Amino acid sequence: MSGDTTRVSPARMTLAGLILALVLLGLVGLSIGSSGWQSPWEASTNVGLSQIVWEIRAPRTLGAMLVGALLGLGGAVAQGLFRNPLAEPYLLGSSSGAALGMALMLSFGMPDALISSTVGRMGLTGVAFVGAVSGVSLTLMLARGAAHTMRLLLGGVVVGVVLGALTQLLMVWSAPAWRIMQAFMLGHTALLSWQACGVMAAVLCLTLPVAMVLSRVLDALSLGEDVARTLGIPLGLTRAVLVGVLALSTGAAVAQAGLVAFVGLVAPHLVRSRAGARHGALLSLSTLMGAVLLAAADVLSRLVLAPQELPVGVLTAVLGGTYLLWLLHRRRA
Amino acid sequence: MSPMLQARGLQVRFGERRVLNDATLSVKAGRWVALVGPNGAGKSTLMRCMAGLLKPAAGEVTLQGRRLSDWSVRQRARAMSWMGQDVVADPDMSVRDAVSLGRLPYQGWLGVAGERAVDRQAIEQALQDTDMVWASQRSWGALSGGERQRVSLARALAVQAPVMLLDEPVAHLDAPHQRLLAQVLRREASLGRSVISVLHELPLALQADELAIMREGQILTQGARDDPSVHRALESVFDHAVAITRVDDRWVVLPQF
Repeated sequence: MSGDTTRVSPARMTLAGLILALVLLGLVGLSIGSSGWQSPWEASTNVGLSQIVWEIRAPRTLGAMLVGALLGLGGAVAQGLFRNPLAEPYLLGSSSGAALGMALMLSFGMPDALISSTVGRMGLTGVAFVGAVSGVSLTLMLARGAAHTMRLLLGGVVVGVVLGALTQLLMVWSAPAWRIMQAFMLGHTALLSWQACGVMAAVLCLTLPVAMVLSRVLDALSLGEDVARTLGIPLGLTRAVLVGVLALSTGAAVAQAGLVAFVGLVAPHLVRSRAGARHGALLSLSTLMGAVLLAAADVLSRLVLAPQELPVGVLTAVLGGTYLLWLLHRRRA
Repeated sequence: MSPMLQARGLQVRFGERRVLNDATLSVKAGRWVALVGPNGAGKSTLMRCMAGLLKPAAGEVTLQGRRLSDWSVRQRARAMSWMGQDVVADPDMSVRDAVSLGRLPYQGWLGVAGERAVDRQAIEQALQDTDMVWASQRSWGALSGGERQRVSLARALAVQAPVMLLDEPVAHLDAPHQRLLAQVLRREASLGRSVISVLHELPLALQADELAIMREGQILTQGARDDPSVHRALESVFDHAVAITRVDDRWVVLPQF
């Protein structure tokens, strides 16, 4: 059908553009270090550079993409699930819940070797997941559902502040938690390892297909809960699975990179005009856009204060916060 | 003939307020029933109970002779289509996409099977029936209130279910589109479907096969559109602000100021 072709085409072009941007950002990410630009092709003849590229820059660059992808996916799921264009993991209390879960686990004193191992990463992802589910549930309880934007935002702010304060309290109480959580609270990509990439890739391989299978549920939900029910959607079950997808993707991202704000808000908005309202396209493009955004932020964070680094979470908070203000202003207008 | 959809002795309370008080309604196959009554009579609550969206405290709803609770969610979605008062969608959603969701119950578990030729036919037919073909690629956010109403109606029509429940389907509709709606609902009934629609527009309600008059959570009377006892009940529930009278060969509603 001609109508379908005109709608699908921009989505496919965006898909191609985002994949190209990811490849380019990947190459740039492999090339930029504390001492400036070094071509990764030189690594074949330079043992020291080879080690830097494959043990630091490559996992960091790929990790940034995976964190962004998970947050982009989480944002698209949250906005569809709660039928609210301002819903995102950070604003829903999901991220702060995940951070509190991690702080709780770290406060019991996990050895460094265990934290950096795959098992330790999975454990942290698990507690971050439980924390994220609890954070979202608290926000929804306070906001009495997700129908009212301002109530949802206020609920998310309250939960974020309270859970954030509890996290700080744990950090003050426990020296090991303080040391590790400090970097996490600012959102950092510098410490991402291959193990972290492995955990995030596994979570993305699980959550993205599940979200895609439920994409028509999200489409139906946009017509309201009553209509979705009468279209044969088992709302209780599918909503629980979608909250699980949101919490697992947020938990996995926060457990590896800490609090990275607003990527989940911005990514779906940037692709919405190209993807339309069909969640099948929106979820995949938003995931890719999140990856592009955080890979770009990671590169910027290395360049802005070079040779020092700006925590990537600070950068996304400044840029994303500005975007949120603009979005709120536009909605009022 | 056994009823297609039947509500028996439904009771619903919201806090202290008794919204449905022994409400009983029966709709046969091939009939269009207009549910009419003053504000707060319990019409929407009764519709929600019949759609399975609200569980009554007492009483039961049967669909094709089986209790509603005995139907699986998907079976019920194919047997009964719904259009509520709240007409919402994603502002970026195209008209066609919104209407296509009506075919979801036929597209495998959670709609994963995708659209088939029969689905496309049903969607095109529904768009034609509601005079929305011209806007099929327009986004929801660019539509007027009446156009959104017609898209929602098209989505309900696309289900092609044996029973249609429509809560105020003509809100925001202009006169030509009200007439179009009456023609479509009459045609649906002639195809053997049962249509129950809440209507505040009494001239339109008098086009239905039957009227069910509701007050204070009860169906006062249900009968054919030319039944004088139905007309008297209608005048009574609206405090004689209207009078039903015959002009030439049709029943008309006269305001009584």
